[in-house]
Formats: sequence, C-alpha cells, structure tokens
Amino acid sequence: MRSRLTALMAATALSVFALPAVANTIYVSNEKGNTITIIDSETLEVTGTIDAGARPRGITLSPDGSELYVCASDDDTVNVFDTKTLKRTHTLPSGPDPELFILHPSGNPLYIANEDDNIVTVVDVKTRRVLAEIPVGVEPEGMGISPDGKVVVNTSETTNMAHFINTETYEIEQNVLVDQRPRYAHFTADGSRLYVSSEIGGTVAVIDPKAGEITKKIEFAVPGILPEALQPVGIKVTKDGKKVFVALGPANRVALINGETLEVEKYLLVGQRVWQLAFSPDQKFLYTTNGNSNDISVIDVEKEKVIKSIQVGEQPWGVVVSPN
Amino acid sequence: MWRFLIPLTIALFWPLAPAFAAELSVKVGVLKVEHEVELPLSRLDIPPNDLGFAGARLGINDNNTTGRFLGHTYEVITASAQPDEAEAALDGMIADGVQAVVLMAHADEVLALADHVAERDVLLFNAQAEDDYLRTDECRANVLHIASSRAMKADGLAQFLVWKKWRKWFLIKGSHPVDEAWASALRRAAKRFGAKIVEERVFEDTGGSRRTDTGHVQVQKQIPVFTQRAKKHDVVIAADEAEVFGGHLPYHTWDARPVAGSAGLRPVGWHPGNEAWGATQYQRRFEKIAKRTVRTLDFQVWLALRVIGEGVTRTNSTDPQKIKAYALGDEFELGIFKGTKVTFRRWNNQIRSPVLLAHDRMIVSVSPQREFLHKVSQLDTLGYDEPESNCKLNQ
Repeated sequence: MRSRLTALMAATALSVFALPAVANTIYVSNEKGNTITIIDSETLEVTGTIDAGARPRGITLSPDGSELYVCASDDDTVNVFDTKTLKRTHTLPSGPDPELFILHPSGNPLYIANEDDNIVTVVDVKTRRVLAEIPVGVEPEGMGISPDGKVVVNTSETTNMAHFINTETYEIEQNVLVDQRPRYAHFTADGSRLYVSSEIGGTVAVIDPKAGEITKKIEFAVPGILPEALQPVGIKVTKDGKKVFVALGPANRVALINGETLEVEKYLLVGQRVWQLAFSPDQKFLYTTNGNSNDISVIDVEKEKVIKSIQVGEQPWGVVVSPN
Repeated sequence: MWRFLIPLTIALFWPLAPAFAAELSVKVGVLKVEHEVELPLSRLDIPPNDLGFAGARLGINDNNTTGRFLGHTYEVITASAQPDEAEAALDGMIADGVQAVVLMAHADEVLALADHVAERDVLLFNAQAEDDYLRTDECRANVLHIASSRAMKADGLAQFLVWKKWRKWFLIKGSHPVDEAWASALRRAAKRFGAKIVEERVFEDTGGSRRTDTGHVQVQKQIPVFTQRAKKHDVVIAADEAEVFGGHLPYHTWDARPVAGSAGLRPVGWHPGNEAWGATQYQRRFEKIAKRTVRTLDFQVWLALRVIGEGVTRTNSTDPQKIKAYALGDEFELGIFKGTKVTFRRWNNQIRSPVLLAHDRMIVSVSPQREFLHKVSQLDTLGYDEPESNCKLNQ
C-alpha cells in the first residue's frame, strides 16, 4: 500500500512539478556491491554502474564536478574517477581503511579519517602526496569543514569528541565532548553553527564553533520505534540554515529539524538503515542512501515529502551530486 | 608468590593538553587470580598467557588517547596471584594508589575481595565471574559487574532458538558444579521463553587426558551411542563449561540436529568474527598490540577500563565514588561495538549488554531479539530482572 502510494506520488511529482532544467548526476557508493551507481537527476533513472574498488564508502566530487573521489576502504586507498569518461584515472594515498573524508572548499586538499590509526590524513589531490597526519581521538570518523576552509572538524567514535583542527597549522585548537559514537559533522553555510550526530547516544549536538560549546542537544522520538533504533548519522542543512535533515539509520527515517527553533518538526519514512544524505545543487531535492533496502529515497525539500525511491547496488552507503 | 607484570604506563608523545583542563592521573589495577585449568578440548582454544591483560593494554591506550585532550593520564598495574595471595595483591595495589581494580577471579573470590576492601576507597570491577548469585543475592556495593551472567547468556540463546521455533531441547549436562550452574540457567531460559527441555542426560567426566593421538576414532563411536533414543527434539543443548564433551557433539549426535550452548551456536560476550558497529576497528587496534584476536575476557577487561575512562572524562574527577555514581546514573552511556549503548542496572550494578550468538567463525545473531519487548530496556529481557533479584542496591 505504502509503496504504491509512494509510486503514485512519484508519478504525480514527475508529471506535474517541473524538475530542474539542468540534469545533474547522482553518484551512490554501494558498500557491499563494490560499485558506484550513476543516476540522472532529471529522469531519476539509473544510467550506469561502475566498479569502485573494495568496499566503497565515503564519496565526494571536486568543486567543478570533474573528479569523483571514492574511499575504497578495504583497498586502503582513495580511487579517483574522471566523471566524463567514468574511468579511474589514479589513486590517492589515504592511510589504512579510509571511511569518510572531506574536500577543502577550494578543491584541495582532501582530509581523510583513518579509523585504525587514530589519525586524520591530509592529502594534496594535485601532487597526490600526504601533507600531514594529525593524531586525533580513538576511531576518527566524521569530517566537516568550515565554509571559509579554516577549520576542519573530525569526530572520534570511541573518544566521543569533535576535534577542531586548524587547516594551516594542522594543530587541534579545541575539543568538544559529545555523546557516544559521533558519526558526522556538518557546518551551516554561514559557518556559525556545527551539527554533530552521535549514533549510539541518539542525539545531535548543536555546537557554537567559536565558543566550542554545545548550545543544544537534539533528541529524537518516533512512536513505535525503539529508542535504541534512533541512531543519527548523516546530516545536511539548507543554505539558509532553516531546514536540518538528519538520517536516523535503522529507524528508517529522516528527521526534519527547524534550524531556528531546533525542534524536530517531522520524520520522513525512507528506506531501511538510512545512512548518508546529499542535496541537489539547487537544494530542491535531498537524496538518502538506504543500506538495508538497496535503494535511495528522493525527498522534495520544499514539500517535505518523500517522492520516489530508486533501486541502486548492494548496501548503498554514500551519495554525492554533481554541480553541473 | 604474586608478582607485578610489566607496568604498562603509556608514554605520551603529544603536546600537553590545553591549559584550562585539570590535570588528572588515574591508576587502575588489573588482578588475575590464578587457577589450574584443564586443557581445552581443541588446541585452538588454549588460553594465551596475556588473556585479559591484553584487553587492559588496549583499554589504557584508548583512555590515554582520549585523555590527552583533557590532560588526563591513565596507568595500569597488573598482577597475577594465587587464591591465597589475592587479598595481599589487592592491598598492594591500593597501597600503590589505584582508584579501581579490575578482577579476573571466581565468584567466591570476587565476594571475598569485595568484603576485604569494603571500607577502602576503591572501586572493583568483575570482568570474569558469570555466577548469577552475585547479581541476585550476594550483591556488593563496591563491585560493578562487567561480565554477562549465565542467565543473560542463556536468555540470549533461548530468545534466538524460540525465534527459530526450535522449541524442543535435548539438554546434555556435564558432571561438574559449573555445568549444573550453566544447565540451570538454560532450564530457566527455556521456561521463560517457551521452550521445552524434552530430555536431559548427564555426561559423566571419567577423567583421563583430554586429547590422544587417535581420540576421534572412539569419539565417533561413543557420542552417537550416548545420544541415541532421545525424545523428539529440535536442537541439542550442551551444558559443558568444564569442557569435557561439548566440542565433540556437533556432527556426532545420533539424530541430525544442530548443537547449541557450550558448542555449536554459543552465546558469548565477544567474538573475533564481529565486524559490525565499528567492531572491525576495535579488533584491529587490539590485534596490533596483542598479535592475536580478541577473546571475551579481553573484551570485558577492556570494557571495565572504558567505563572508568568514561567516568573520569565526564566527571573530570578520579574519585571512585564519583565514577561509580556517574556509571550508575542516568547520564551514563557507552558504545561497545554491539549495536546499542550500554548502561548499568542500578539494583545490582550489572552492565546491560547484548549477547553475541556465534559459531566458530561467524556471528549468527545478536540478542535481545527484536520481538522480545521490555518496558525499561530490551536488554533487560536478558538475565534476572529487577523484580526477580533480591539485590536492592542504590535505592
């Protein structure tokens, strides 16, 4: 019933509402399938699948959209693809078991969390050399960067801290203790606020990056869902800071938080074990990777509704959308 | 003669923590009471010399990695003692200034040691003893239980078997007291979750050596004969903590039935096959320093150190009473690579923990099973719940 409804809604959406004139490309890393699924954002059809290396997880694009970076965790490397030819052009040194990374807003360098070694590796994507290895807490995972590129934030899952790293000196300037198993860190577009999700703690910490203090902890509750299943992971915030989306993992929902009141306004039912999120460049749509149902959900950001699900490869993990 | 092993102080290579943080130094003892143990049935199960202590090393490493951001340093002192020297060893550690001691000891020794230091300002952690009476009748305010109890493990196994609709159990019990303790936890679990023990037999330990050159020749004849003509059953349950016969049951039973309990599908606190929820990173960190895989006792000693570390980190104090109050309080939570946060049961100081169900190589399932609900925490479907326990600590 629900899937039929969703399909109907999707069909309605496709026929009635105009989708962006410029088609973007959606790239989804499939952790178990060892592939990248490529989707056309206008037709929402899968247009191709490429091999991605062993256990692809973190995925990102260069600012001009020409290069696709994929953490191949079990190959201990970052694979780089030319988005025109969809061929792998080279690899970047990543340190062991790279999972998540973030690219400097200028397109260089790349900051990679190495879970095994308690370090963040900084890689120059042009010279393909390691610029620095920064010791952080136990099991570094989430990576966020301030819009001005001056601060990169790493979260460590067993230490339970957000480490604020100066991108010029590579020194840790401050640490903020958060709840158990912080997975993801995300700055607002104006840099005034940092959101950090704690998977096991079940909360999202709202941090004032200047003061290095938590101003609020957002909690979640869904009737009929065990509290333990509410495990926040991926976070995305609209450019105006008004809508905050948080993937709730095995709760199969994305929470929508009002960026002003910091209250949860609704829970959107998506696929199973929703993990990471990405906006379309115009931020009209949000795409979610659903690891246990092998699909992505498409959310209409303005209408705050799930409009479609698209089957991808096995255990989708990360998602990124081309700017062009 | 007990002796101190290599002190495992961790050198700090990193720059000093920011000046605003209070400098704290934490000293934790890890005390193992030595016992003669019979050789296991399989040579793959021979315990390593550093069993448990290796978990302490990783726990101290993890705590120090976190501590360096706060100006907190952790040091562990370890000791192995014969049973009659355990109290002196514990006294020695307290004289050395430890705030907490992790015990690897039998239940009666845990009680004796707890009573011996009841008036001292030190917190004890039971990392090994699984006896339920420590959680239901003989609770001690100064002991936090990290090991899952036999009832917790039996309930975890029973939930899965009932979920599988394997409700008819043929229980084979060893002849040692620990086997009876395990069998009684399994009987209780069967009753609790709607399984039925259709038949129970005792496998007598007649002594002799565990392994001989061509032992398998006799085993192949003996086990089928021993298990024949049992009432109709879905699964054979082995209660063999003393490790006399359990390992020989799979593939040798008269009827073609799976084996669970002490062999086949086992409920365990930890398993080196666990890869979910960040467990891979945990295992790799351990393997790097220990050059072997994690065993349950290593995991439990590590977990005790993490509870201490979390207490110090969050309270900014090394006071054992503050650490204990924090661990038992509403704010406490800890991720332990089993998919859900863990907390403590306030009435008996037992840590709530999922039970892994595993065969030799793989994780088969993790209990509690989703279908078994509880008004407080699903983890409280495992083991004796508050109304079933005579312990009323921290009321």
